[in-house]
Amino acid sequence: MSDRTNGLAMEPFPARLEDRIETILGRYPRTGSALVPILQLIQEDAGFVSVRAQEQVAARLRIPAAFVAGVVSFYTMIRDRKIGKYHLQVCGTLSCCLRGSEPLLDHLKDRLGIREGETSRDGKYTLSTVECLGSCGTAPVVQINDEYYEDMSPEKIEGVLEGLKD
Amino acid sequence: MEKILLRNIDNDRSHTLEAYMAAGGYRALETAVKRHTPDEIVGMVKDSELRGRGGAGFPTGLKWSFMPKEGDGPSYLICNADESEPGTFKDRLIIERDPHLLIEGTLIAAYAIRAATAFIYIRGEFVRGHKILAVALEEARAKNFIGRRLFGTEAGIDIILHRGAGSYICGEETALMDSLEGKRGYPRLKPPFPAQQGLYGCPTTVNNVETLANVPFIVERGAEWYRSIGRPKNTGPKLYCLSGHVRRPGVYELPMGVPLRELIFDHGGGLSESGRNLRAVIPGGSSVPVLTAEEIDVCMDFDSLAKAGTMLGSAGVIVMDHTVCMVKSLLNLARFYAHESCGQCTPCREGTGWLAKILQRVEEGKGTGNDLDLLLSISDRMQGNTICPLADAAAMPTRSFVTKFRDEFERHLGAGSCPVGRPGPARMSLAE
Repeated sequence: MSDRTNGLAMEPFPARLEDRIETILGRYPRTGSALVPILQLIQEDAGFVSVRAQEQVAARLRIPAAFVAGVVSFYTMIRDRKIGKYHLQVCGTLSCCLRGSEPLLDHLKDRLGIREGETSRDGKYTLSTVECLGSCGTAPVVQINDEYYEDMSPEKIEGVLEGLKD
Repeated sequence: MEKILLRNIDNDRSHTLEAYMAAGGYRALETAVKRHTPDEIVGMVKDSELRGRGGAGFPTGLKWSFMPKEGDGPSYLICNADESEPGTFKDRLIIERDPHLLIEGTLIAAYAIRAATAFIYIRGEFVRGHKILAVALEEARAKNFIGRRLFGTEAGIDIILHRGAGSYICGEETALMDSLEGKRGYPRLKPPFPAQQGLYGCPTTVNNVETLANVPFIVERGAEWYRSIGRPKNTGPKLYCLSGHVRRPGVYELPMGVPLRELIFDHGGGLSESGRNLRAVIPGGSSVPVLTAEEIDVCMDFDSLAKAGTMLGSAGVIVMDHTVCMVKSLLNLARFYAHESCGQCTPCREGTGWLAKILQRVEEGKGTGNDLDLLLSISDRMQGNTICPLADAAAMPTRSFVTKFRDEFERHLGAGSCPVGRPGPARMSLAE
């Protein structure tokens, strides 16, 4: 039981992340604050934060794995499973809805052959609806991975999709 | 009016230290640390009557004065850059286009409250803003504006940039502190207030991005100048966010208290589609009570909007024309709050879900005769009965939509489908 949380039985982090983890830990007055940035780093590297990675982080920070799992499940941007190469996140909150996010979402569903929350068979696209992205003046907005695509329409999103490499 | 907060943003290089300094940037910081004591800065900000731009409108100088003047442990300043109130996109503009203004404001505020460490907590989705701020912080550090011995004085301030990970509730100041400590973002009971026990249990002040952006101008030009803008007790320049069915959506810098009608019809160019009429306006972000088209002759400041039964909030103005289905619009917001409730308090966790479920069936024309009163009674039981104001933020729009547009809600009951027609707020598509 305890050997799963005290780090004895855990593999080390990938060496390429070690330096960056040290930098993050050195940034904060208290270790706990480094948890989310470390999870973000792992996700940036692996695409998601596996249960195994969560256990490694727990061991490293000397906190219970269940605590890490609780944090992972709380924040919408931290994922515990793999998704498509391109994550299309359509904002559906009121300002975007007033300016056509629904027809835009319908278009993406048709075009990609997937529904919200699904990933295309080739693993290229995951489609999600998200809450307000803070881009209401240039609505509707779609966030693809880290980038905002603003003032979108079914026609304009076609151009964006064509620019996404395989 | 003269552009103040947005004076730099038309410059292509406005995000660089070079452009910021060429426009006189960081002079206010130098003045503050070399010529004024922290208490003098607090006094100046008190005199300016600056009120917090995050939504609550609490006097900033007064908030700062709650911080201990001496103590054993550290004190902290946190800049709340977790902008996520639906309809609001002003802080993002400052972060991306004038990051040094935010940094300078943060440093002066930290100096005023005697905090040697400040945090900027930026929302997770603002990846671009995070990168821009990170570069700007490095630039400021290289010039010794951040670090020890500012301008050769004893003052020293560090700034730590922290990116959130997707959660509306982390914009609430105590949830933000929990989140910054590496926990789930759960709001805390007050008291103790953050100035007594905040981040890591230490005295902490949390200020919004736009609030902090005002501070360098107050130091540079004085409280009296600042008070000359706006209206009594509602002073200074204000960033208004216009979105929805308006011809020219965007962020507008205008004196506090600009008439709402002028904001929409002069600055925003009126409704986006000709031949349509105004139906409703949400004046301060999705959490505040809605105004009908007949109620828009009101000044956009804290006290005038409070008198009109609503709030300035984050000044996120959402404009809706007559084609909008008010039931579907409220359903859209109810789903938002149900999604974002942290789940700690039963009235909010259950209440937000009930509101969304009941509104869903009303929108589908499957509502029963009792549903509208049920929505009102749930709202009454949610508001004021939870740790943080998220429950209020769901209850206030619900009560105002149902009360002010009761006819439209009643027309939905038992209609079998939405009588306004598909797809409600997105009926823009019918005009295509």
